[in-house]
Amino acid sequence: MVERRRLLDFLPHLILIIGVAIVAFPVYVAFIASTWDAATISNGSMPLRPGPHFAENYYRTIFVGTSSSTREPVGTMMLNSLIMALTIAIGKIAISLISAFAVVYFRFPFRMTAFWIIFVTLMLPVEVRIFPTYKIVADLNMLDTFAGLTIPLIASATATLLFRQFFMTVPDELVEASKIDGAGPMKFFVDTLVPLSITSIAAMFVIQFIYGWNQYLWPLLITTKDNMQTIVIAIKKMIVTQDALTEWQLAMATAILAMLPPVLVVVVMQKLFVKGLVETEK
Amino acid sequence: MSDVRLQSVRKVYPGGVEAVKGVSLEIADGQFCVLVGPSGCGKSTLLRMVAGLETISGGTCSIGDREVNEVEPADRDIAMVFQNYALYPHMSVYDNMAYGLRNRGTPKDEIDRRVREAARILEVEPFLERRPRALSGGQRQRVAMGRAIVRKPKVFLFDEPLSNLDAKLRIQMRVEIKKLQRALATTSIYVTHDQLEAMTLADQLVVMNKGQVEQAGAPITLYERPITIFVAGFIGAPPMNLLDLPVTGLPGLALASPPSGPVTLGIRPEHLELSAEAGSLSLDLTVTAVEAVGAESYIYGALGGQGPEIIVRIPGRDLPAIGTSLRAIARPENLHFFSRETGLRLN
Repeated sequence: MVERRRLLDFLPHLILIIGVAIVAFPVYVAFIASTWDAATISNGSMPLRPGPHFAENYYRTIFVGTSSSTREPVGTMMLNSLIMALTIAIGKIAISLISAFAVVYFRFPFRMTAFWIIFVTLMLPVEVRIFPTYKIVADLNMLDTFAGLTIPLIASATATLLFRQFFMTVPDELVEASKIDGAGPMKFFVDTLVPLSITSIAAMFVIQFIYGWNQYLWPLLITTKDNMQTIVIAIKKMIVTQDALTEWQLAMATAILAMLPPVLVVVVMQKLFVKGLVETEK
Repeated sequence: MSDVRLQSVRKVYPGGVEAVKGVSLEIADGQFCVLVGPSGCGKSTLLRMVAGLETISGGTCSIGDREVNEVEPADRDIAMVFQNYALYPHMSVYDNMAYGLRNRGTPKDEIDRRVREAARILEVEPFLERRPRALSGGQRQRVAMGRAIVRKPKVFLFDEPLSNLDAKLRIQMRVEIKKLQRALATTSIYVTHDQLEAMTLADQLVVMNKGQVEQAGAPITLYERPITIFVAGFIGAPPMNLLDLPVTGLPGLALASPPSGPVTLGIRPEHLELSAEAGSLSLDLTVTAVEAVGAESYIYGALGGQGPEIIVRIPGRDLPAIGTSLRAIARPENLHFFSRETGLRLN
């Protein structure tokens, strides 16, 4: 039953608008702050309208860097973050696809054991195994490298489980038709299974890209050189607590820049993402 | 030559279940062989063993002069049409048909020629660029057939290909499959549980039950002279009337060589006619139900008022009222006798 009542229409919208405002307002303030000069922000009377320093602030943030703490411009760090997030997302998807393919389509000894071992790693996120993982990465001379930054984060049970569930819904007849059509296992994987999983892959890509982009603890541990730092760490480093003046306008510009790629990924892949999570049609 | 020979083929699943218990069959070059039987009789397993999708536990399967027990499905020179079509959902109709040829390294222009020819024969030319999901069930069925015929295989295998279609389309496609098979003269094995489909399509009809062949031969032979009770009851719609005779026999019935054990009598509904006089076999029925299907009608009656149900087919629509008593008679040459112990035919 659909009731058309003004109040019932109005109330949910009001609640939703309040919710959106609560989420959006800090972002708006951050953006505004990134368009004023340091003095205006520091004296506590920053207006809620865009200021005149937009181009200057963003130019400094991306290409020059702050005058004090971090010496690298944010452009480099964005590139670092992008490489890290992409490697993690693509690596996770590639490894998960292959391991799910092995677990679902091949009968090998200890198949279920292999599956359960993958499953158990769900209980071992980086935070839990951080010391041994650090030790291994350090021993392998992978500190301050992209390999050290990404490889320990790539192994993924979540994506393996998702792809396994998806593969199990693919009708057996497709495998059999492929066999009769002369496609071997890898050809079936590349020609049929991966194209069919494209929406799940997109969904996984969005989730894992954001996961990779937002990594804080692991890059903090593993990187010591400024030119290997990621943007999420940069924000923290820009906020100086002691004597020096924090260049808030640049910190805010960095925060806004750090938000952009995940937003972009979600916006661009939204359709596929939603399809990948809800689609039942094969 | 592309005949298919099965010699005491067996399938034992790891759990110890024997799905196929030694089947021997010869399917001649160009012959249309239909495997029919109830669910779980092993007909699909047998077909999948010919396709190479199931391993053969015992016996041999040869296609042409080559034993194929250990040959990969792709190298057996067969094509299969699946019940759910198994079209690749992400490929266009054209690519679905071309895929198998591409995997075999067929030249591009040859692929194009064959796909277009198959599309023309099957009337799917307008849909070549579409995805399977944009097609109706009947069109998908045609594409699945197209995928099989572009390969020009030695043997076509059909696994209940029509059971996902509605009744009207099923009859239409049945006729088309038959025509196509005649035109291409390719040896075909077709699995179905629909005995009407089996009767109309088959050159050689194979009735299977519990992993064994009950009877194999021309459909009319199976219809006229079923050699087991199972075949008698399975082939024909409405089914043959099967009556357990009393040990003393029915009065007026004489068998050439009287059997030792109890006997089951079979009479097809169309071999019974209503009559006022007594025949060599007379059955007194009380009508319990009537069905008019148009050109003919079926009368369901209880033998002797409360006995087993007998079906009588009569022409036209002149139906008796329910509860009336009738007499149905049959000619002696239309009677089938089976041993109740062995299930085998006696006359």
